[in-house]
Amino acid sequence: MTFINYAAQEINCKIVYYGPGLGGKTTCLQYIHNRTLPSARGKLISLATETDRTLFFDFLPLDLGSIRGFRVRFHLYTVPGQVFYDASRKLILRGADGVVFVADSQPERFDANMESVRNLEINLRKHGFDLRTMPYVLQLNKRDLKRAMPVDELTRHLRFKDEPVIETVATQGTGIFASLKDVSRQVLGSLRRGAA
Amino acid sequence: MRESDLTLYKEDHDRVMEVIDRLYIDTAARLVVLVDKNGQQIVVRGDTEDFDTTSLASLTAGNVAATDGLAQLLGEREFTILFHEGERDNIHISVVAERIILVVIFDDNSSLGLVRLRVRRCTGQLERLFQSILNPVPRAPEIRGDNSRTLEITDDDINRLFGG
Repeated sequence: MTFINYAAQEINCKIVYYGPGLGGKTTCLQYIHNRTLPSARGKLISLATETDRTLFFDFLPLDLGSIRGFRVRFHLYTVPGQVFYDASRKLILRGADGVVFVADSQPERFDANMESVRNLEINLRKHGFDLRTMPYVLQLNKRDLKRAMPVDELTRHLRFKDEPVIETVATQGTGIFASLKDVSRQVLGSLRRGAA
Repeated sequence: MRESDLTLYKEDHDRVMEVIDRLYIDTAARLVVLVDKNGQQIVVRGDTEDFDTTSLASLTAGNVAATDGLAQLLGEREFTILFHEGERDNIHISVVAERIILVVIFDDNSSLGLVRLRVRRCTGQLERLFQSILNPVPRAPEIRGDNSRTLEITDDDINRLFGG
């Protein structure tokens, strides 16, 4: 749900990083936070357990610049990936304008990826969203691992529609900004279409 | 059902700010913030330099969302008020018009009783304002005023934002 504030001249959008546990969602936000000028970002908030597993969400506000005199602000969220935190995942999807699915390329996480995509679709539907029409990027993470599954195979199984598929290594930042830019473009594009 | 986008025009903003200004003064609060349930800050009044209001908005929405989940577990429609008491500052959180969160941060210069009373008094006004903001009647652009023109974003605008 985009919030357009004419008084403050701001456009505010929400992007959610979704995917199975330990797939690299929090690492994506940490990389974006570390590589963004302090003037363009707010505080990175992580509601995590003592062992650094995401308990509720991570949150990072970003200022992307201006369009037609309006500041464009994106709020990035991650969800907790572990299966039993489904209630929390559902809450965080509320009002999302776009989703980045962070898939884990390791073969042993294949089933978890598949289950998480299905779970995303179900939870979006509960909020009245349709993944087929929503701004969406599929990020294949951990591409640096020797055991990583082939891109073609992962794409064939995990791609939901014709969404962009971006290979990433979150720990090194490879592809992280590419997928953020892509989903941001889609969100602003949908706003443009909505205003037309 | 999917929530509609929220658009706040200048004249609506001013009306909301009137209510928030009054509440801020009447409660002797440190900060009054209106937040969308999705975590977007709508308006703020008070010591903004002392608080990270963006983080405050996000965490408050998370707090309310979790509490809504608890309410459902108990078969309640919602818990409309949350209160956190600290050594120095206290946070009073209430839900307005089902989708908007009113946050009042106050210290020893105020009291919980005063905040509850004043919040209750202004809730009706805020609900009426947000009913019309969230369910707008289509109006001609010319009667919205110069500052409320329709936002028209082109592909070029988006390309420029991303430097290419």
